[in-house]
Amino acid sequence: MKLLKLVPDNTNIKFLKLRVPFFVLSLVLIFGSWAAVAVNGLNFGVDFAGGQEVRMTFQSREQAPIPSLRELVGGLGYGEPVVQEFGAPNQVSIRVPLPDGVEDTPGAATAIGDKVIAAIAAQYPDARRDGNDTVSGKVAGEFRNSAILALLAAMAAVSVYIWVRFEWQFGVGAMFALVHDVSVTLGLFALTQMEFSLQIVAAILAIIGYSLNDTIVVYDRIRENLKKYRKMPMNELLDLSVNETLARTVMTSLTLFVALIPLLIFGPPSLFGMVAAITVGLFIGTYSSIYMAGPLLIWMGVTTDSFVPTESAVDRQDKIARGQG
Amino acid sequence: MLDFPLWKKLSLWAMTLAASLLALPSLFNVSGLDWPSALPDPQVNLGLDLAGGSHLLLEAKASDVRAQRLENMEETVRQLMRNAKPRIRIGDVSTAGGQLSFILENAADIDRARGLIEPAMQGATTVREWELNVVDGQRMVLSQTDAGVNQAIDDAMASATEVVRRRIDELGTREPTIIRQGDTRIVVQVPGLQDPEALKALVGQTAQLEFKLVDLNALPSNVQAGIAPAGSEIFPFAPGTPEQGSFLAVRRLGGIRGENLTGAQAGVNPQTNQNIVNITFDAQGGAKFAKLTTENVNKPFAIILDGQVLSAPNINEPIIGGSAQISGSFTPESANNLAIALRSGALPVPLAVVEERTVGPDLGADSIRKGLIAMGIGSLAVIALMIATYGRFGVYATVALVFNVLMLLGIMALGGFTLTLPGIAGFVITIGAAVDANVLINERIREERARGRKVVAAVETGYKEASRAIFDANLTNVISGVALFAFGSGPVKGFAVVLIIGIVTSVFTGVTLTRMFVAGWLRKARPNDIVI
Repeated sequence: MKLLKLVPDNTNIKFLKLRVPFFVLSLVLIFGSWAAVAVNGLNFGVDFAGGQEVRMTFQSREQAPIPSLRELVGGLGYGEPVVQEFGAPNQVSIRVPLPDGVEDTPGAATAIGDKVIAAIAAQYPDARRDGNDTVSGKVAGEFRNSAILALLAAMAAVSVYIWVRFEWQFGVGAMFALVHDVSVTLGLFALTQMEFSLQIVAAILAIIGYSLNDTIVVYDRIRENLKKYRKMPMNELLDLSVNETLARTVMTSLTLFVALIPLLIFGPPSLFGMVAAITVGLFIGTYSSIYMAGPLLIWMGVTTDSFVPTESAVDRQDKIARGQG
Repeated sequence: MLDFPLWKKLSLWAMTLAASLLALPSLFNVSGLDWPSALPDPQVNLGLDLAGGSHLLLEAKASDVRAQRLENMEETVRQLMRNAKPRIRIGDVSTAGGQLSFILENAADIDRARGLIEPAMQGATTVREWELNVVDGQRMVLSQTDAGVNQAIDDAMASATEVVRRRIDELGTREPTIIRQGDTRIVVQVPGLQDPEALKALVGQTAQLEFKLVDLNALPSNVQAGIAPAGSEIFPFAPGTPEQGSFLAVRRLGGIRGENLTGAQAGVNPQTNQNIVNITFDAQGGAKFAKLTTENVNKPFAIILDGQVLSAPNINEPIIGGSAQISGSFTPESANNLAIALRSGALPVPLAVVEERTVGPDLGADSIRKGLIAMGIGSLAVIALMIATYGRFGVYATVALVFNVLMLLGIMALGGFTLTLPGIAGFVITIGAAVDANVLINERIREERARGRKVVAAVETGYKEASRAIFDANLTNVISGVALFAFGSGPVKGFAVVLIIGIVTSVFTGVTLTRMFVAGWLRKARPNDIVI
């Protein structure tokens, strides 16, 4: 039986030769993403923006009448509504801002949602109410804060773990890779103006965990090779490590990718944004494992002599026992 | 490494099969089959976003609790001073700035006043709840300590949670969740609810019922302008009443709160055909009510609900039977809601809905179906890729993957965890990532073979060397999973739960189980070469 080999044996791609241009590209991507977030802003969903959101399906239509809905709901006097497609073309989410002080009047927010739904149902009898969310400004603010906190805490905790398991330079490298992955994902959401919700933050947190998997595999091999090839120049050693683990990097990303694609196409429409974020994050994470996490080690002065003390005690004892220590 | 004694094999299989069997009831349920009722039936709970239902986050304002406490203290102090023998006269009573302050008309009363008030400042606990200061020898100032306010908030929230629970139980829905969250919040989750409006109408109603005498001396023009005469306060008429839009002045003190009720039923007044709520007082409330109505025959009193006047009927005769009728332009539904709310007790503090999420039941079923289809296709794709790439070793990974999904589902059912919509994505991610361990192991075996190691040695080294990276990678995933769990509310927590359990099961199936499979085959077939 002939087995599939997506990556040929003994590849020798000179990844590190292009490390400067790619690193510059990465920096451009990071700062570009920040600029995109600053200029375009994120299209916050009801979780982060607050307000009253109603989701409806127009059962006997191919296409939801978005412009006329915008007009209809806008005419109710609750301010400018955000009407957008949600999942399928005949599904919409409609968000209206809540007036100030609505928290003090129990039932006021609900009354607004009911009026919106009633107005739509009167004009479109085929509209099915799929659900509604009300998030007060205060709770939305808390969600924003806890999202930022969770992202920072996860990035820090994971980097510290890498630092503890490897060396501080690896921790910093992982941190940079994560900043890159999170920034670029945020930048994509700013550019596409896809709705940014709690689910998307969950997706980014998952990316923080999974994008490092490739990085860890490469780092693990770098550490192994650092002990093995004491004389090899650092950039050659990095290239060797990346090449040796290339099949793994490709395969692990690919298995996740082929599992996610059907979910993207056939899965529940309301998961689309989240799954899209994870899928994109997967590619960004693979790229950053190769081009951010590795080269940074060179620039932080990791050399083949750096890790003599990292040999485990067992190895040392072995050598002592064999009279080499 | 490849040595699996019989006891080890048996216990691994026992664990795998036991956890997998736990998944069967949930699988039967999803596919619409009947699980034999004689067998235990652990089920994966479906989150509100899949089962449909309502989630409410209710919040009390600390300032309401403070204000309420201050008012109670004012009433207590007035009563104590009035009942003192001889009576202690006080004046210039003010509750401005969150403090109760008043002047003793006779400075010589100060020690007596202090002696009476100090016991009233002490609550049921050892917490110092109030602070008493005397200014200029004659003015007494009572201020609330933070500890006292916190204690009061805590008490109010505990009883509010109870009240909310009683009200929701009256709805007769299945398995509602009502839990306190943080200092001032209550989470209410009612799955499969058909009519979320009724829930909100019920929970949102504070149901503070008050009977207060109408201030007949107030100038109507002042009342409508919102200027209350001394000793009175002004309330608007409730929406839906004939007097809607106008205001009524009532005496601030000396009324009755609707706390001492033993029952409340919606009904219809046979004479007027109006919807009404019949209430029954307990002995203490009945006596108070009888006293109030006896002393004020032929005067109007206002029935006030949550700060709005429902009606202001005339007291035609003393009401001494301990029951009364509330009229107030009700619909049958609003009369029924009020009856439930009064029966279950008033909320000690108003609760506002700060977050609400309602999902219709149709969408959830659709999501599960689509999620299952996507999961099926995704699994097939992963399996095809693994078998095409690693041959026999891919088959082992596939078997492990199937057990992984079953065990994950089984453990979720056993632990009573909740599957949410993002949790479905978590399942798919777990499927895609679970085989990563096998990729790392198999690639390492390939490498070791390429370096010329013998089959058994290559496999052994493969498992040993790959396990380090597998461990680190999964641990970072657990770390981000924990961050997810800590950050998330409902649906996102469900995602985190699937990811974290999936990591544990995938390491078990992907590393331990496959090693057992491979070891068994190597022992039996003793191959000189392997295709990998």
